[in-house]
Amino acid sequence: MGKSLFDKIWERHEVASGLLYIDLHLVHEVTSPQAFDGLRLNGRKVRRPDRTLATADHNTPTDGTPRAALIKDELSRVQVETLEKNAAEFGIPIYSLGSEGQGIVHVIGPELGVTQPGMTIVCGDSHTATHGAFGALSFGIGTSEVEHVLATQTLVQSKPKSMRIRYEGEPGFGVTAKDLILYTIGQMGTAGAAGYVVEYAGPAIEALSMEGRMTICNMTIEGGGRAGMIAPDQTTFDYVTGRPAAPSEVPPEWRELFSDPDAGFDKELVIDCTKISPMVSWGTNPAMVAPVSDKVPVAASEQDERALEYMGLSGGTPIEQIKLDRVFIGSCTNSRIGDLRTAAEVVRGRKVADNVYAMVVPGSVKVKAAAEAEGLDKVFREAGFDWRAAGCSMCLGMNPDIAAPGERVASTSNRNFEGRQGRGARTHLVSPQMAAAAAIEGHFVDIRTWSN
Amino acid sequence: MRAIETITGKVSVLNRDDIDTDQIMPKQFLKRVERTGFGEFLFYDWAKEPDWNLPKNPILVTGKNFGCGSSREHAPWGLEDYGFQAIIAPSYADIFYSNCTKIGLLPIVLPPEQCAAIAEAGEAQVDLAAQEVRWPGGSAHFDVDPDIKDRLLKGLDDIGVTLTRGDAIAAYEAASERSGPVTTAL
Repeated sequence: MGKSLFDKIWERHEVASGLLYIDLHLVHEVTSPQAFDGLRLNGRKVRRPDRTLATADHNTPTDGTPRAALIKDELSRVQVETLEKNAAEFGIPIYSLGSEGQGIVHVIGPELGVTQPGMTIVCGDSHTATHGAFGALSFGIGTSEVEHVLATQTLVQSKPKSMRIRYEGEPGFGVTAKDLILYTIGQMGTAGAAGYVVEYAGPAIEALSMEGRMTICNMTIEGGGRAGMIAPDQTTFDYVTGRPAAPSEVPPEWRELFSDPDAGFDKELVIDCTKISPMVSWGTNPAMVAPVSDKVPVAASEQDERALEYMGLSGGTPIEQIKLDRVFIGSCTNSRIGDLRTAAEVVRGRKVADNVYAMVVPGSVKVKAAAEAEGLDKVFREAGFDWRAAGCSMCLGMNPDIAAPGERVASTSNRNFEGRQGRGARTHLVSPQMAAAAAIEGHFVDIRTWSN
Repeated sequence: MRAIETITGKVSVLNRDDIDTDQIMPKQFLKRVERTGFGEFLFYDWAKEPDWNLPKNPILVTGKNFGCGSSREHAPWGLEDYGFQAIIAPSYADIFYSNCTKIGLLPIVLPPEQCAAIAEAGEAQVDLAAQEVRWPGGSAHFDVDPDIKDRLLKGLDDIGVTLTRGDAIAAYEAASERSGPVTTAL
């Protein structure tokens, strides 16, 4: 039997049975301080600072605060300053607040070209699966494992099972990568891929840009998957080569990174893209989704009832009638230049509805600069959007960007859990286009039929 | 890490499925740079619900896919600091399960009917060496990875164990390490 992409990368990185070598360790301020403390307590050092990269993202304000020492929230300031001190003490390169390389860890990795095909990549963040879009094996770890990787550059791992999701057929107009993955999670549930490394394949995946592929892999964890990956192809090579940390020519071994035709998978799923509509989440986990043209479902379980109550929704309400208080365009799922371009096209020459506060948070300092060079900031500002500085922002609301209790948010992020964007805040997950159109109308609209 | 032998005592029950780590330990408490003291923030928002009842017992019985979402280890830290030493559920999210085993909080998988029986009994004994949960009126065998079991029984420091394999890691680096990227060259 042939080997899958996952098998090939796994075998290439086995130091010994059950011990996996890590090519790149990304570090941020929230899940690392206790790991560095652990090293100090035991007199241990970082084995490979040259395979480690730190940035500040979860806690950073998006109001243009120029450096860590000026962060107003004391706990946030201490956490970012702690990262800076730890990076200095252990010799780890860092892009902290105020640096030109700063941004969401899953945006800057690909941007710098440190994310490359065939690698093993970990980070103390569940959305690390994002980097799998490049044909890397990439997954989130906890703080104990962060400490383990810092000290040993390896992880103790038993090999997960493998799953392939094939996307057949062509998605219709207005259906984006975000809709593909939301639909998929809706089909398989929040634990549908638990215990598996998922390979996304098929013509609809091959047709996606790298940014679309990152959006898909990013949300693998919302279906319970350990990691998501996509075989690298010319689209990947064109994106990666020439970036600061990447080679200028495609190394031959990158062309070997695909699943053999006779590779076996423990589980397979086929998704018919022609059946997918622009999706909107209605509940409190990312599997609770519906097509925008549909209605909020009637509760079928106690869990549904609880979700509808929290969301302040009744079964049978058309999704398009759901009115919004806030719109958030950003997060490691949808804050790259392509996301901002498509959202800007929707808002160009239009105005945000009176009752809506809308914000755009670029994924990195470089994305922000690129958008400004194209005049996208002007498009958003003229429409009434707040144009912010880079960071995780309202995806998880660790910084001051949070929604008030009861406020309803159209969000391009990845999680609609209770309280995620602020205590009592109600999150609806959508694509950047759908979020942008919702900001203009003040309620959800079907981007396929919308004419404003 | 403390070695686990048997865990005996009353059972707290949280009968909900798909409980995410945002509920277990909300984001505002992730700003702390300390490793201890998270117990008081456990289920911070849910604990305000009028019918909330989660006594500080050694064992927690809960629903399927427990600990889904964010990889924050602050969630298991909070559960452990609150007093739980073992969790019994039909299934867990992968990262959460791994995080628990790293800190000596024992996650046990049992079918829903047995979880319900233990919840009903109100008390139980977990015997890791025998891989058995016993409660008034029943008992059940549970599976656990032999390496994880060994480490938990001995209370071993995972990093210390791997560092003893330093030669193998160095050999891998010498023979098989890829040429880049080099972050320090950026």
